[in-house]
Amino acid sequence: MAMKRKLVVDPILCDGRGLCAELVPERITLDDWGFPIVDPSPLSRSEQREARRAVQLCPALALRIESTR
Amino acid sequence: MTVLEAPVAQREDATVSLSRHRATFPPPSDSAGRGRALLAEVDAAGLRGCGGAGFPTARKLRAIASRNGIIVVNGTEGEPASRKDRMLLCTTPHRVIDGAVLAAHAVRSRQAHICVSRSVPEAAQALRLALAERQGEDGRVHVLVHEAPEHFVVGEETALVHWLNGGEALPTGRRVRMTERGVDGRPTAILNAETAANLAQIAARGAEWFRSTGTDDEPGTRLATVTRPDRSMQVVEVEVGVPLATVITAAGGFVDHDTPVLVGGYFGAWITGAEALAVDFSDAALRPLGASVGAGIVVPLPRPVCGWCETVRLLEWMVGESSRQCGVCVNGLPALASAADAVARGIDPYDNVARLHRWVGHIDHRGGCGLPDGAVRLLRSALRVHANLIGIHARSGGCPCDTGPFLAIPETRSNSWR
Repeated sequence: MAMKRKLVVDPILCDGRGLCAELVPERITLDDWGFPIVDPSPLSRSEQREARRAVQLCPALALRIESTR
Repeated sequence: MTVLEAPVAQREDATVSLSRHRATFPPPSDSAGRGRALLAEVDAAGLRGCGGAGFPTARKLRAIASRNGIIVVNGTEGEPASRKDRMLLCTTPHRVIDGAVLAAHAVRSRQAHICVSRSVPEAAQALRLALAERQGEDGRVHVLVHEAPEHFVVGEETALVHWLNGGEALPTGRRVRMTERGVDGRPTAILNAETAANLAQIAARGAEWFRSTGTDDEPGTRLATVTRPDRSMQVVEVEVGVPLATVITAAGGFVDHDTPVLVGGYFGAWITGAEALAVDFSDAALRPLGASVGAGIVVPLPRPVCGWCETVRLLEWMVGESSRQCGVCVNGLPALASAADAVARGIDPYDNVARLHRWVGHIDHRGGCGLPDGAVRLLRSALRVHANLIGIHARSGGCPCDTGPFLAIPETRSNSWR
């Protein structure tokens, strides 16, 4: 059974550095104040690698990948 | 369908004593050891939360059953236009305490916490006196009363739990559900005070009794707080599904075609006077209008008062009540309030309304709690219901009506979140 993975941002931890939007522009855009708007639809296999990199590089550790069946 | 008791007494010296209460409500210990049967009864009754979200109570309780869980009853009543919870706590505290203890028995817990606001000391006092009266009764469930700081977000589930755990009363985000990890890291079910009182009713009179009023999908009665034209508030108990106009007039309020009504709460939605005259007081009837019963708050706005300017006041209040932990709230809410205020002053209405629409889309569901979502809901409804006022403000260069503010908005006095 395929796992669905999606990017999720914790809005309390996030402080709007914007690195994630640079790394995963197809999934994350910034609002008028520099905070991420995350596309919640499941990530494709090729997107997952970039997404994991963004999760590791977020300075506020605000990004994570959630898995659901 | 008729209004049941109207109006319900609000005098604090009318507290129902334990002996009078027990004439109708058997002691909760009768239900100890029959947790599963009690849960089944609550499920059959179709009880849903009365704090605003309307979540099925049996489902919430089942999530923590037999898992070393904790019951929290939320009587903090942060919505300024609500009086139902404090009325219950002051006049029938035993109903609420019974509900808390019964909920604990239902999930095989020994701990129940009842939280009230520091701004309503009578509520804590009534609870403590009631607990003293109950000394002789079964003490298996330990009931504690807490007086929480007086801010709106304190009543948010994660904020309340964080505060009970010794932290600040600030939301902690939607990542971990309270039914998974809450007070002391234990599975926690948070029930509104009215929900707890309803639970006690169901345990005493049965699911069928509860279902004999209201609608099939929304059984039972609800406590509505109606603001009257003189700004006083009246709590009435009504069957779900009665006409909203009946709820308003039963409480001594007034509504006509020119009276827009704020339904659900300050975090609810506006509907037009015509809609208010036609709609029933139920989620099923209110949802198509973008509204819901919410916390049972009903505020008809008397004719000369400006719905747009009142909305601006509400948005500014929301900015002050934010816990300021999320970019969405820190930036988005003040931007909304500022643009809405510019519209009220007749400044660049076209551009500012466009900004409001844009930001409303950006802000919705992107915060760590429901506060920005509530602001969005309110503003969307204001853009719909008060659209005609926008043009009037633009042409007049400001608000043409000179009546003072109407909606009761508390001043944030305390800076303490502990």
